Amino acid sequence: MRLDPLTGRLMLALLALAALVLGMPALKPLFAALYPALDRPLYEAETFLTLTLDHMALVGASSLIAVAAGGLAGIAVTRPWGAEFRGLLEAVATMGQTFPPVAVLALAVPSIGFGPLPALIALSLYALLPVVRNTIAGLEGVSDAVRESARGLGMGPWETLFRVELPLAAPVILAGVRTAVIVNTGTAAIASTVGAKTLGLPIIVGLNGSNQAYVIQGALIVGALALVLDAGFERLAAWSVRWRTEG
Amino acid sequence: MLTHGSPPSPGAGEGHVRNRVALLLALVGVAAALALPFLGFAPNRLLSGKPVPLWDVLHAAPASAWTALLPGVLLLAAPFLPPSRPVLTASAVAGGLFTAGLVWLAGTHAGTLAATASPAARTSFGAGFWVLAATGLLAMADALRRLHLGAWTGAWVRFAAGGAVAGLVALELAAGRLDQLSILKEYANRSDVFADAVLRHGALVLAALLPTLLIGVPLGILAQRSPRVGRLVFPVLNLVQTIPSIALFGLLMAPLAALATLLPGLGISGVGPVPAVIALTVYSLLPITRNMAVGLEGVPDDVRQAARGMGMTPRQIFLRVELPLALPVFLTGLRVTLVQAVGLAAVAALIGAGGLGAIMFQGLFANALDLVLLGAVPVILLAVAADALLTLAVALTAGNRDRAMTGGASA
Amino acid sequence: MIALERVTKRFGSWTAVDAVSMTVEEGEFLVLVGPSGSGKSTLLRMMNRLIAPDSGIIRVDGADIAGLPPEALRRRMGYVIQSVGLFPHWTVERNIATVPDLLGWPRARVRDRVTELLELLKLDPRRFRTAYPHQLSGGQQQRVGVARALAAEPRVLLMDEPFSALDPITRGALQGEMAAIHRGTGTTIVFVTHDMDEALALADRVAVMDHGRLVQCAPPLAILTDPASGMVRDLVGREEWGLKRLAVETVARRVRPEPAIPPIPGPPVSSATPLHRALSEMVARGADRLPVVDGEGRPAGVLHLADLVRDPSAPPPVSPPVSPPVSPPVSP
Repeated sequence: MRLDPLTGRLMLALLALAALVLGMPALKPLFAALYPALDRPLYEAETFLTLTLDHMALVGASSLIAVAAGGLAGIAVTRPWGAEFRGLLEAVATMGQTFPPVAVLALAVPSIGFGPLPALIALSLYALLPVVRNTIAGLEGVSDAVRESARGLGMGPWETLFRVELPLAAPVILAGVRTAVIVNTGTAAIASTVGAKTLGLPIIVGLNGSNQAYVIQGALIVGALALVLDAGFERLAAWSVRWRTEG
Repeated sequence: MLTHGSPPSPGAGEGHVRNRVALLLALVGVAAALALPFLGFAPNRLLSGKPVPLWDVLHAAPASAWTALLPGVLLLAAPFLPPSRPVLTASAVAGGLFTAGLVWLAGTHAGTLAATASPAARTSFGAGFWVLAATGLLAMADALRRLHLGAWTGAWVRFAAGGAVAGLVALELAAGRLDQLSILKEYANRSDVFADAVLRHGALVLAALLPTLLIGVPLGILAQRSPRVGRLVFPVLNLVQTIPSIALFGLLMAPLAALATLLPGLGISGVGPVPAVIALTVYSLLPITRNMAVGLEGVPDDVRQAARGMGMTPRQIFLRVELPLALPVFLTGLRVTLVQAVGLAAVAALIGAGGLGAIMFQGLFANALDLVLLGAVPVILLAVAADALLTLAVALTAGNRDRAMTGGASA
Repeated sequence: MIALERVTKRFGSWTAVDAVSMTVEEGEFLVLVGPSGSGKSTLLRMMNRLIAPDSGIIRVDGADIAGLPPEALRRRMGYVIQSVGLFPHWTVERNIATVPDLLGWPRARVRDRVTELLELLKLDPRRFRTAYPHQLSGGQQQRVGVARALAAEPRVLLMDEPFSALDPITRGALQGEMAAIHRGTGTTIVFVTHDMDEALALADRVAVMDHGRLVQCAPPLAILTDPASGMVRDLVGREEWGLKRLAVETVARRVRPEPAIPPIPGPPVSSATPLHRALSEMVARGADRLPVVDGEGRPAGVLHLADLVRDPSAPPPVSPPVSPPVSPPVSP
């Protein structure tokens, strides 16, 4: 079976990420040669695998929270009984998205303290916004004719939602989740400044200690992780509209 | 159970509630006032504060406090009033005044506390303050939305309302009413550093904006005219956007540092503003280029045909027809760019670019939370201000066009 | 059977449907016709509770539908709308199977039913079963829409301007399909249109609505010959009134049961042919007589031009319909 280009891209990115995460120690001589002045040319306080998994856990957990809460809120305000709150929710989402993620992250510290928890909360809040906006836009984009015929054929409100509206809104909702996850991947790296252990840690430690090798190691892996996630969402997006391209 | 048959008519079946959004905001506000600390009071900047509930604040200075919170009474009554124009207008004004009043109250109480405490003591905003202030602003936004002012008028009114609240707080600030709040005490200690940081932050954003416009605008025009260029350019720019900013900063360091050693005379270095401006430019290219192309793409073909039919040269068509019609979409791209760049410039402090991010990260690394606020709050304010200005510009350019098309009927 | 008693619906201060009482008989093809805003769609949408009436009672088979669960009610009534509303993410097969799936039919039965319906609506099952809606033409989409509405063998089919968006040729073909389906299944059909010609061509009875009121409910012939008001007469149109009058009857009504002597050249027409077609045939052949055969192809008599001009079985009309004023055609 031949791979489609999107799957191929995802596989390639995954391979690159795995090679970087697992093979970084093997590059120690290279970094030692590039930066002969450094005592420790390889970040070894934690393994890159641990950092990557922690990073992914933070991004994953915050994105899941955002998708659950944002999705529910978006669904609620597109139902007749919740429509009155739609303007309010959209205002909050629009306003919130102008707040730079790094500032949201920093502001979580005075209210919650240091550690992974403020990072999780800040990332979840920030990821909520694109999810809410795109859930509303996606559900709103379902044509009235389709909604009307679903009702007319005898689907109840929940059957209409799950069988018709959500599958049709899926591409737009997915785009929102993708935005949230990509932004969070970057913000999670910065979250190592508030005490969360992520792939940003080698970068921050390297910047503070003038160790460019650390910076490059962390930056390469976090960049590769972002590319993997982006390629994954690209693949998912194509899958969610497979009915549009069939035939 | 849900019935899709009849849409819920406001006020039906729920007693006398006329506005469920105002009710929700009022309930959240009351809960925040009762359950969350309005302020935090700490003996010095490194210790965490003990909570000061709103009740204590009201108790300490009853007369002035009640005056400041008077608009809140209208917000509590708003859910039960008919949503007529006078009620909505009054609610909008009350929401803004309430928020400004909360700031004033916090400043006043900080002054009261400072009178009896050591100079090192700090009074900071508590969660209750933030939630109450947000409900005030949201009540204002919701009331304005319900007035259905139309795109053009609405944009002006929203901008003016936001400006009025900001102006009131600025007046309180200028009058020295807020001087005893922790963030301003922190500011007093570092006013010269702060001013430099704000200027540096703005300079970083503008320094990136110039090359972005010089490259992005022609690139967008080119991409719209030649699909081949578009297919080449957009995937690359999209990919750049997915790379986390901190990684891009880090990856730019090494080549620039190498360049610096090769060409020491150019003032280039791996750290500082140069890699920051380069990275900011690269990130900013996507929204500018894309929106330029999308804006031109959105110009209706028959308009172009008509212009050609009337004998306009390609240059005239572009300058007098296409560019003005693409302007609102382009300005939306500029808004996204600016808001994004304000945030990214804060991250750039990590590679020594300076700016407000430097204050923020210094606070984070030193566990000085007021310092974090002094860095982060202005970053947010800058982003919000850039967003507000360009949102207004988009509405005005789009609105002028709509008004021109409908013969000024909507004015 | 659907019975409406003084059904009223208001939207704000506007009365969409005003105290309408009528009965749709079992197996009847009833067409609701009227100008836009006359309340015909609102009336239709109240029959399956997509809209709840403000007052009045609607009974289906004797039961007040206000007391029935709306989803269950709609599942036993087919529903077709002008914009079709196929689910774009489902194949044609899954679209048609919507209601059987909701009702939990076994898979094999659903599959057979889909095949049967595709054939009924002249769509090749091999080609269309797995196609997606965006791959179909407008006419094919509406054929699938009709098949979907018929899938669970509803006793009642509600159709809201189903063919208004289609080109005249496709519309004509689908009208023919609907007439055949109605004859073949005996389904009660309530059909909304603003096109009086469509109404006259399809209906057993035509219900004319204006400003929310039921103005007249009668067979097509009565609508033509005995319009209840000037509004009904305007809706029928004065242009080509005679041809419309002929179109609502078939050759069988006017044929003289006599042998064709002397023999008439040319192929015979069927007794089921509408009279306006027979007239067209006469003009085309330059003949004033046509041989007629019945459904089995046996000679059934002769159709005379004179009998087209005046119904031999009817007494001379007391108040002849207003003859069309001879005026230069006004382009719309």
